[in-house]
Amino acid sequence: MSNTSRSLEIGTGLFVLLGFAALAFLTTQLPASGVQMHHATDSFQVTARFDNVGDLKVGAPVTIAGVRIGRVTGVVFDPADYKALVTMAIERRYNQIPDDSDAAIQTSGLLGAKYVGLGPGGSGTYLANGTQIQFTQSALVLENLVNKFFAGVAGGKKDDDAKKDDNAKKDDNAKK
Amino acid sequence: MARSLGPVGDILGKSGRVALFFIRVLGQCLPSLGQPRLVIAQIYNAGARSLIIIMLCGLFVGMVLGLQGYDLLQRFGSESALGVAAALGLVRELGPVITALLFAGRAGTSLTSEIGLMRATDQLTAMEMMAVDPVRRVVAPRFLGGLIAVPLLTAIFDVIGIFGAQLIGVGLLGVESGSFWSQMQSAVDMRDINEGLVKSLVFGVACSLMAVYEGYFAEPTAEGVGLATTRTVVTSAVLTLLFDYLLTAAFLNS
Amino acid sequence: MESSEPGSSVVEVRDLRYSIGGRVIFDGLNLSVRGGEITAVMGPSGTGKTTLLRLLMGAIRPDSGTVTLFGEQPSRLGRVGLYALRQRVGMLFQNGALMSDLSVFENVAFPLRAHTRLPEPLLRRLVLMKLQAVGLRGAAELDTSALSGGMARRVALARAIVMDPELLVYDEPFVGLDPISLGVILRLIQTLNSTLGITSIVVTHDVEEISRIAHRSYLLANGRAAAAGSPAELRATAAPVVRQFMSGLPDGPVPFHVPAPDYREQLLGSP
Repeated sequence: MSNTSRSLEIGTGLFVLLGFAALAFLTTQLPASGVQMHHATDSFQVTARFDNVGDLKVGAPVTIAGVRIGRVTGVVFDPADYKALVTMAIERRYNQIPDDSDAAIQTSGLLGAKYVGLGPGGSGTYLANGTQIQFTQSALVLENLVNKFFAGVAGGKKDDDAKKDDNAKKDDNAKK
Repeated sequence: MARSLGPVGDILGKSGRVALFFIRVLGQCLPSLGQPRLVIAQIYNAGARSLIIIMLCGLFVGMVLGLQGYDLLQRFGSESALGVAAALGLVRELGPVITALLFAGRAGTSLTSEIGLMRATDQLTAMEMMAVDPVRRVVAPRFLGGLIAVPLLTAIFDVIGIFGAQLIGVGLLGVESGSFWSQMQSAVDMRDINEGLVKSLVFGVACSLMAVYEGYFAEPTAEGVGLATTRTVVTSAVLTLLFDYLLTAAFLNS
Repeated sequence: MESSEPGSSVVEVRDLRYSIGGRVIFDGLNLSVRGGEITAVMGPSGTGKTTLLRLLMGAIRPDSGTVTLFGEQPSRLGRVGLYALRQRVGMLFQNGALMSDLSVFENVAFPLRAHTRLPEPLLRRLVLMKLQAVGLRGAAELDTSALSGGMARRVALARAIVMDPELLVYDEPFVGLDPISLGVILRLIQTLNSTLGITSIVVTHDVEEISRIAHRSYLLANGRAAAAGSPAELRATAAPVVRQFMSGLPDGPVPFHVPAPDYREQLLGSP
C-alpha cells in the first residue's frame, strides 16, 4: 500500500506544482502590473504633460529610437491646467537622456496600442528622478485629423474667397 | 402540486435538491480535510490524471487561435497583436470553458460512475449503517479534489495555449516575437486574469458538484449509473456555459 | 464485550404500518427479537424483509406503530443518536458491500479507524483476530476484486463483528452461495451466537438452512407475521400460507398464475 500511495502523493504534488507554476506565469508574466513590480526598484520617474493622450494605457512602453527603456506608470487629469499628467518609469541604466528631449504619443502599427516615444534633445543635463519633460506632442486622434482635413478644405475655399475680396478691394482702391 | 408544474417543476425540484446537497457537501468539506490522504488521492484523480488531455487540447486550441487570429488581424495590418488576441481569448474565455467541459467529460464521468457504483453495491448504505457519513468520507473529498484541480488545470491550459499560439504565430507565420509578447503584456491586466480565475473556480464548483450529485443519487442499477454519467456531462456543460455568460457580462459591466 | 441479557427484548415491533408508492408493505406487523437468540425472518420475495431492516436501523420511518431497538425508537432519534445506536449493531449486506478501493484488511479495519483511536499495533491484532474467526486471516492483504462471493461475505462478516456489536443483522446471507460456502456461513452464524451470545436476526428465504439454527422464526406474508414460533412449530402448522412456503409448493395462497383474462376467450376469441 505504501508504494502506490507514495507515487500517488508525488504525482499529486507534481500536478499541483505545475498548476501553480502556470498560475504564477499568468499573473506575473502577462499583465502590465506584473512587470511594473519588477521595474519599481531599478527605475527612476519622470513626468510629462499632454493636451491629449488618446488611449494611452498604464503599462504602455516608453521608447527612444525605437528601443523600449521604460513604461508608463500613471495617467491622470490635472484640473489645474486641463492637461493629462503622465508619469513614466525609466530604467536606471538609461540615465543619459538629455532633459530637453521631447515626448510624443505614438501608435504602433495602424490600429495598435499607444506608447510614448522620446526624441533626443541636445542638452548637457540629463533626465533624472522627478524631472518633467517640457516638450510634448499629443496623440493624433483620428477623428480630429479628419475634421481638420475637411475644415481645411472648406477653409481653403474661404481663403480663396477672402483673397478675391481683398484683391477686389485693392483694385478698387487703386482705381480711386 | 409539484407534478402539475410539469417540466418546469422538474427543473425547479432538481435545482432545489442540488442546492440542498451542495450545502450538505460544503458542511462536510472541512471535516473531510481531517483525512488529507483521501483529498490528496482525489486531487490526483481529478487533476493529475486529466493533465494529458488538458495539455493536448490546450496546445491544439492555442495553435488554432494562432492561425485564426493571424488571418483576422493581418487584414488590418495588426498581426503583431496576435499575442494579445491569443492571451485574452484563452485567459478570459477559452481556457476556463474548455477546461471545464473536458473536466466534466473525463473526470466528471469517472466520479459519477465511481460513486454510482458504490451506491449500486450498497457501499454507501453500509457506511451509513456503520455510522460513517458517506458524504464526509466519499463525496466531500471528491468534490474538493475537483474544486482544487479545475483552476490549476485551467492555468496550465492557458499557458500551453499561449505557447501553442506562439508556436504557430511566431514560428510558422512570421509574427515578430518581441511584439507578440510585449503587446500581450501591455494589453493583459490583472482584471483579465481575475476573470479567468473566478470563472474557473465557479466552473469547478459546478462540474464537481454535478458529478458527485448524479453519482450519489443514481439509480442503484447498472443502467442507472450509465444514465447518471450522461446526465453529469450534459448538466455540467449547460451550467458551465450559463455561468460563463453571467460572469462575462458581470466582468464587462463592472 | 456486551451481549444482551438472554431473554430480554432487543427488538420490538408493534403494530407496524408502512406503505410506499401506494403499495402497502406492512399492515400491522408484530415481531420481537429476544436477546441471545437467532431470529429468522422469512417470506416470499417482495414481502418487505429488507424494508423491515431499514425501518429497524432508522433509515426510514414507519407510517404508524412502533419499532424499538435496545429500548429506543430509531425514528425519534437525531443523526447523532442514530449513529450511536448503529454502532451497537453489525450488519451483513446481501453482497457484502465491501469498499472496492480498500484491501481486505482495511475493509475490516474500517469501523475501527472511523470510530476509535486505537494504536496501530492493537488495531492490527484486532483485525487479524476477527479475520481468523471467519477463517480468512491468510487473505488479509488481498484486494476485494480477488475474492469469491463466499469469501467476500466472510470478510463482510468480520467487518460486522469488529466493533463487538450487541446485535448482528444478516440480510439474505445465503443468496448465490455454493453448498460449501453456505455451510461455512451457517456455521459462523451459529458459532457467533452460541459462543459469544450475540443476538442475531437473519433475513432469508432459505427455509431449510435457517431452520437448522434458528431459535425463533417469523414468516411474513401480506404485511403481517403469518406465523411465528420455533422452526419445528412452523413446520407443523396447518396454515396454508405457511405450508406453501415451508414446503415450497408452487401453488397455494401465493398463486401460480398471475391474474389474466379468461384463457379460452383469449386463445379462441376473435383475432
